[in-house]
Amino acid sequence: MVTEVAEPKPIARATPPDYLHDGRGIWSWLFTLDHKRIGVMYLVGILTSLLLGGIFALLIRTHLAIPALVHRPGQTISTGESAAVIVGPSQPTPPGAVSSQDAAAQLTAESEAATAASTVQPTPPRYLLTPKEYNRAFTLHGAIMIFLVIIPGIPAALGNFVLPLMLGAKDVAFPRLNLMSFHLWLIGLVFFLVVLFTGGLDTGWTFYTPYSTTTDTRVTTAVVGAFILGFSSIFTGINFIATIHFLRPRGMSWFRMPLFVWSLYATAIIQVLATPVLGITLLLIALEKNFGLGIFDPKLGGDPVLFQHFFWFYSHPAVYIMILPGMGIISELVSTFSRKHIFGYRFIAFSSVAIAILGFLVWGHHMFTSGQSRLASMIFSALTFSVSIPSAIKVFNWLATMYKGRISLQTPMCYALAFILLFGIGGLTGLFLGALATDVHLHDTYFVVAHFHYVMFGGTLVAFLGGLHYWWPKMTGKMYNDTLGRLGALLIFLGLNLTFFPQFVLGTRGMPRRYFDYSSLLDRHPEFAGLNLMSTAGAYLTAIGLVVAAICLLGSLRWGKKAPPNPWGSASLEWRCPSPPPKENFLSPPIITPAFDPYDLDQVVYDPETQGYWVRQTAVT
Amino acid sequence: MSMDPSQITNYLPGDSLAGFLPLAQSGSFWLPPSGSTTASAVDWLFYFLFYVAAFFFLLIVTLMTIFILKYRVRPGRDAPEPSPSHNTWLELTWSVIPTMIIIFIFAVGFAGYMDMRTPPPNAYEIRVTGQKWKWFFTYPTGYVDENLHVPVDRPIRLVMTSRDVIHSLFIPAFRLKMDLVPGRYTSTWFQAIQPGEYDLLCAEYCGDNHSSMLAKVIVHRPGEFEKWLEEASNFMKNLSPVEAGRILYQRQGCAQCHSIDGSAKVGPTFLGLYGSEVKLADGSSVTADENYLRESILVPDAKVVAGFRPQMPPYQGLLDEEKIAALIEFIKSLKSDQSAGGHN
Repeated sequence: MVTEVAEPKPIARATPPDYLHDGRGIWSWLFTLDHKRIGVMYLVGILTSLLLGGIFALLIRTHLAIPALVHRPGQTISTGESAAVIVGPSQPTPPGAVSSQDAAAQLTAESEAATAASTVQPTPPRYLLTPKEYNRAFTLHGAIMIFLVIIPGIPAALGNFVLPLMLGAKDVAFPRLNLMSFHLWLIGLVFFLVVLFTGGLDTGWTFYTPYSTTTDTRVTTAVVGAFILGFSSIFTGINFIATIHFLRPRGMSWFRMPLFVWSLYATAIIQVLATPVLGITLLLIALEKNFGLGIFDPKLGGDPVLFQHFFWFYSHPAVYIMILPGMGIISELVSTFSRKHIFGYRFIAFSSVAIAILGFLVWGHHMFTSGQSRLASMIFSALTFSVSIPSAIKVFNWLATMYKGRISLQTPMCYALAFILLFGIGGLTGLFLGALATDVHLHDTYFVVAHFHYVMFGGTLVAFLGGLHYWWPKMTGKMYNDTLGRLGALLIFLGLNLTFFPQFVLGTRGMPRRYFDYSSLLDRHPEFAGLNLMSTAGAYLTAIGLVVAAICLLGSLRWGKKAPPNPWGSASLEWRCPSPPPKENFLSPPIITPAFDPYDLDQVVYDPETQGYWVRQTAVT
Repeated sequence: MSMDPSQITNYLPGDSLAGFLPLAQSGSFWLPPSGSTTASAVDWLFYFLFYVAAFFFLLIVTLMTIFILKYRVRPGRDAPEPSPSHNTWLELTWSVIPTMIIIFIFAVGFAGYMDMRTPPPNAYEIRVTGQKWKWFFTYPTGYVDENLHVPVDRPIRLVMTSRDVIHSLFIPAFRLKMDLVPGRYTSTWFQAIQPGEYDLLCAEYCGDNHSSMLAKVIVHRPGEFEKWLEEASNFMKNLSPVEAGRILYQRQGCAQCHSIDGSAKVGPTFLGLYGSEVKLADGSSVTADENYLRESILVPDAKVVAGFRPQMPPYQGLLDEEKIAALIEFIKSLKSDQSAGGHN
């Protein structure tokens, strides 16, 4: 061990300015061709959108806590509310106020009195939001989170930054296309902001017809915005495919790529093949809405179920656009922080590709209750289950990687462990929705809401945060406070479970999603009150966790220690350039020996002087 | 038709704590009480899946906990122990076992679904129509009700469509859900096994009052459904036109968009409408007399009130003369303070 020849530490050389300081002023950022700066700009934009979408989430959850707080059990049955409607004009009448002028009581036949509560529309109690505002809030929450945050999140922000570094390259294959992709993302954001400030959107992020073609909210603006964002996504995908094919260094064969690169490759294939379908579909909505083209609206001779097929043909594969890169990050984190070679590399790599391909064939599982044929439902259910196998393989492989390792519970690893648990719950509850008989009951209830939040937030966003904490020292050159980082991860983990686990119970017991007001269900379902309160409390806890994570990361910019090139002890190439890297990334092209393996962590050596690691050159093994 | 509270088996008013533990009710922790012939198969599959999921989740948690405790960095453990980086047999094992489990799950789920979607040939048919934000249940007599009344222990087939956007009929107690799609018919069926009253909800987002699009399923005891249907079908004969009109106002979906308290909803209020001067969207104005009301019910887009969008579905052919007259009488009875000429 003592006889090793210490490689000269790259940081010790005369270094060019790092990419953050190579060029000054706003224009040097907005029109840069540097993949790292584009990645950082994406990151800022995506985190800002996350804040916006998060504010809507808190609005929704706060609103939904109120019926639980103001409802008095046993009083909304029969005539109380209907009386309130008839005599109480504009006053917000608390549900259950009993009026003496019970006009509704004259509803003749007895059965009418018994059912009056459901027949006369109660004046909606004055909660935080009106129904119109609530519908806009959940629509914008979904649309912003999906189109602006989760789809571009990992590939465009982290992938952009890390992919060329992992390949030892100077940049992506098409730097100008990369910049254009970011500019399109910005334009898409502007469209969504226009929607937000000019009346909003109330269709739900799914734009189901004929609701979307008949509502008078800003559907056209929103679909054009999503159309543009689609192109942004396609360009990123094309760029990554070309980069991975052509910019791998000599000696890095396909099976020596880091698994994050594999996952970005699988993601890019979906982005390029599926997103055009969304673009066409959204364009058809705009044409139908503005020019009366009869595609989806039955009044014009169209078919609303056709829209669902078109929409989910993109939007289900899009789920894998969201989750695959997250799985790639987790493979990196689990291996690095267990100081172990990733277990079953090929199974993990192939499972990414398998998920990408099978993901194209399962869209109909969103439509088991839509009236599609029984045969179609059967086939889609069977194919849906086939996707669960590669996902399960990954989870077992991650656990096997930890076996006999040297597990270090630093912040990124905490996020990785949180991912495995949360994605585990999200994936396992997917079984209930893939099985036909149970899906009929659970479809469009809070069970579905909980399921996809476990996957999207507990999966993708937690992986994104893990990756962000992992590559943060590389991006900024600063180390953050690890204790604070772990506290953030813990709070987010607890908050997510408190928010979404109660929603499983809400859903199985019959609470539909997208309900402005559930107070009329409370008499029969008193448990809805407590479950909704727990969920709202969890949302605030999650928000606190995110604030702690933000303080941790942003604080490091001011107070953080300088980061060494390789702070975690990973063997892949992005850790062999300085932190932060110079504009052209590597001071000298990294040497890829025949024995190169991004997971060969036995060659990683700690250097107390820089408090970082370096990788022994394994020219001869 | 009154319901004897003692027979409403699944209804228990919540206790004042409204705690989240649903122990005060029948049903299990996860599922509400079940009331149809196909529900038990769904529940069985649900609990099977629940235990499978719980097993695998606990397996993951246990392994993770053990590994963290045994292999975490601590004094004396600064390097990993050698272990293989892959093992084909192990990896095949944890691919094949889950595969066999999910094939079984798929098969059970598919069988339950086929039962749910295949009505027996002798089913009693009720037509269901959805309209923002109201349910219409049309019985073979032609009578339309806002709630779904059915006899117990008899297969009921629902033939459904929507008059505007997509809705979805959801009866949690029957584990039943099916979309109502404009421009086509969908169908589903169930057989209730227990007399009582159950919730019926709209599960497909349909706009502002989506969460108010509720109805009841009333399952009648043997022999009582027929009596109820005959009595209900004749309600026009037993009531004054104003009273009958009030019922139609609710049953025909008017109440969803037209208030009777003066507040504007999706459509203009009915309070004080009769005899008033109505400003139209094209700038002209018209007196709201019987003919105006009649035309606005049958062909709503003919004269659109200023400030409102033309989105009411036409009722031409849906209401007979007697019902139109009753509705108009009801609207005439809604005099506002001003139109009544004084305050009270």
